[in-house]
Amino acid sequence: MDIKKLEQTATEVRVGIIKALNCAGSGHPGGSLSAADFTTALYFDEMNVDPANPEMKGRDKCIFSKGHAGPAQLSAMAVKGYFTMEEFMTLRKIGSKFQGHPNIKIPGVEMSTGSLGQGISAAVGMALANKMDNDPGRIYTVLGDGELQEGLVWEAFMSASHYKLDNMVAIIDNNGLQIDGRNDDVMTVTPIAEKLEAFGWNAIEIDGHNMEEIVNAFAKARKCKGRPTGIVAHTIKGKGVSFMEDQAGWHGKAPDDEQTEQAIKELRGEM
Amino acid sequence: MAEKIATRQAYGEALVELGNKYDNLVVMDADLSGSTKTAGFSKAYPDRFFNMGIAEQNMYGAAAGLALSGKVVCASTFAMFAAGRAFEIIRNSIGYTGANVKICASHAGITVGEDGASHQTFEDIALMRTVPGMTVVNPGDAVATKKLLEQIIELDGPCYFRIGRAAVPVFYKESDEIVLGKGNTVREGEDATVIATGIMVNEAFEAAKILEAEGIDVRVIDIHTIKPIDEEIIIKAAEETGAIVTAEEHGVIGGLGEAVAQVIVKNHPCKMAMVGQKDTFGESGKPAELLKKYEMTAEDIAKAVRGLL
Repeated sequence: MDIKKLEQTATEVRVGIIKALNCAGSGHPGGSLSAADFTTALYFDEMNVDPANPEMKGRDKCIFSKGHAGPAQLSAMAVKGYFTMEEFMTLRKIGSKFQGHPNIKIPGVEMSTGSLGQGISAAVGMALANKMDNDPGRIYTVLGDGELQEGLVWEAFMSASHYKLDNMVAIIDNNGLQIDGRNDDVMTVTPIAEKLEAFGWNAIEIDGHNMEEIVNAFAKARKCKGRPTGIVAHTIKGKGVSFMEDQAGWHGKAPDDEQTEQAIKELRGEM
Repeated sequence: MAEKIATRQAYGEALVELGNKYDNLVVMDADLSGSTKTAGFSKAYPDRFFNMGIAEQNMYGAAAGLALSGKVVCASTFAMFAAGRAFEIIRNSIGYTGANVKICASHAGITVGEDGASHQTFEDIALMRTVPGMTVVNPGDAVATKKLLEQIIELDGPCYFRIGRAAVPVFYKESDEIVLGKGNTVREGEDATVIATGIMVNEAFEAAKILEAEGIDVRVIDIHTIKPIDEEIIIKAAEETGAIVTAEEHGVIGGLGEAVAQVIVKNHPCKMAMVGQKDTFGESGKPAELLKKYEMTAEDIAKAVRGLL
């Protein structure tokens, strides 16, 4: 695959996130931007999906368990052609199918999420169903690092390895920040890879903004048999927008018009 | 004396029968398959049974994933840990998505008995009623359990199916018509109506016998489907008998009593009383002792009826 092209696509995904949140006047840019690179890799390289046929049999599925970062998924889906960028700009507006958090009324969105920990649990069910049906589809779940503080996540991890669900991959967006500050100050979640291994998972650590490492990690996950794979993606919250980077304050705040303009210029390298 | 069978027993047997008919039926449990009686299904269809361990939240989350992949899922544990512990997962992952999951919760109410207050749930019907789109069913005997289980499997959408631990008399015949969403008038009467659900239907029968001896002619209605509730049968009872007592092995807050009261207040206000667990926890004891102490017996129902007349 063309790494350069994926990187360019990731930029457009980021621009879509910023624009949609600006239109909405609320939402979560920090954790959406940190997830943008691997989400782009999922939709434009890794996953077997067809935007013209979102219910395609045997398709791969992506669940944003960290539902607040849904704009990353939706922006990637808009670029991919599930719906137009213009439609996506109705995010969070009354009457829109683009709710504040992902929901299954949007064709191609596989699970309604937003309450942390539940997406990975539903993913376990979907992976079990695919095993039962000999369906080749793989289940990709994106989790936040703060989300790992939910006990349900560990129940789900435990069951995925018990049932040897090598058809599922969890990507942990390890940007180190949550609403109240640094994970380490709020509630320590590290060491993540070691915990995954202890729960019977195949753990891979990568730079979550290095497209080559991302693509390679998904390839390694495909080769791993008999246990699920967890990819710990080391990321920067707000990645790509200088004033948002590594700032907990940009977890749940939308950029105003001026900030939006600046952010898009930075992302497109026009500064 | 009628034959006594626990509704959980009937549930377990029905699952095995229905597993043959429905290829896409999947059963889950949280380490209680011997108690909830899903063990029979697990032996008959090991490829379609998942024990999720002592992790009820994940069981209901994973059940949603299975259902959204085309399975119809019956996921069982005790009512306390289903409706109680897993409430928010049921609300968001099953209710909000409309996933085809049947939350088959056993050991509901005070007749759990000796295990005590930690396991006696009086809140489950109330909690499940609040979830938009959730069908809530509480069968009264083994026949109703079997007939209604198949109907909720046919129903496309989330359902809470409440079953009990203790053996209770079978009052329906196999030939009786039991339809999801429709109440059953199981005894005709003109002076007052007892609207009961679950194992309290039997207590209502006994209450009617006590009152018959006193010259009071009591109608008994089984509301096995608490949501959506059969408004018609309730309004008719209010109009024709003018006095209604509800009876449930559940708290009087948020359960059958309040569901009936909503119908009555809106359509045909009449005298009403509620028999159920008061605003208090239970305790250890034998089921019959507990029903007596916490005032959920035939005699308590009879007393409530007399109070209205």
